Amino acid sequence: MSSDALLFLATFLASAVEAVEALTIVLAVGTVRGWRSTLYGVAAATLVLAAIVAALGPALSAIPITTLRLVVGALLLSFGLQWLRKAVLRAGGYKPLHDEAAAFASGRAEAGSATASTGRMDWYSFTVAFKGVLLEGLEVAFIVIGFGSTQSRLGLAVGAAAAAVVVVVAVGVVVRGPLARVPENTLKYVVGVLLTSFGIFWGGEGAGVEWPGGDAAILAIAGFVGLVSILLTRELRRRRERLKLVEAKA
Amino acid sequence: MKYVVAFGRFWWNFIVGDDWRVAAGLAVAFVLTWVLAHHGIAAWWVLPLAVVTLLVGSVAREARDGG
Repeated sequence: MSSDALLFLATFLASAVEAVEALTIVLAVGTVRGWRSTLYGVAAATLVLAAIVAALGPALSAIPITTLRLVVGALLLSFGLQWLRKAVLRAGGYKPLHDEAAAFASGRAEAGSATASTGRMDWYSFTVAFKGVLLEGLEVAFIVIGFGSTQSRLGLAVGAAAAAVVVVVAVGVVVRGPLARVPENTLKYVVGVLLTSFGIFWGGEGAGVEWPGGDAAILAIAGFVGLVSILLTRELRRRRERLKLVEAKA
Repeated sequence: MKYVVAFGRFWWNFIVGDDWRVAAGLAVAFVLTWVLAHHGIAAWWVLPLAVVTLLVGSVAREARDGG
């Protein structure tokens, strides 16, 4: 698998996971309070995210590639470890899994109890949709900019993110509800491994490392990080089982 | 002032996340990598080793405190 394919996969999956969470927020508000203001909020947040990518993406190309790789690598490594840490803890049973159906129900309840709109514009719907899409999309925007500028593949990264959003929205429209069956934690696990691996690789290059095997080292790093994460998850599950047994005996 | 604090907190949570020790450990690992690499010493092993150590340590802490 080439680094372009890995880049596409990482961006696509990261975008898909965040799009699923944003879709839940938008659906919860839109179905309770109406679509007009909600969709204005979505459109405004999408414009802000597009402006961030359009402004920062080309601007970063002016920075020396070594510095850029160090900064982008460090950021990706930080994001990746946050994703991976949570995914391992969830898979190991130490954090509850993210439940889209519950998030949808809670979002609907909040939207229903908020003050009703009096004018043409429902600012509650606008703000919740705007905030939800912007916050979920911000990390994706940074990932797209990071991958795009460091690999000189901004178009590919933007395409992967856009494809993910289109797929998630299309499925959401078809099922007319939150995508509760998407294996979100598994996707987060994979994204965490990929972001962490790219972060190690580019951050290392930016700090002056010459990787054994050149670009192929990214595959070895991804395999290593993936294997360690799986072993760690297994150990957490064993520990959880042992604790349950001890509690049952007590 | 409230907005400045909220803005700062947002970026702290965004970049550093739940465990500041991981971010601090990464910063140390990057400095070590840079120093070794710029003295002509092979440094490719530093970041992978740091990542594994930090991930295991952070997860173990969370499991001990939360589990």
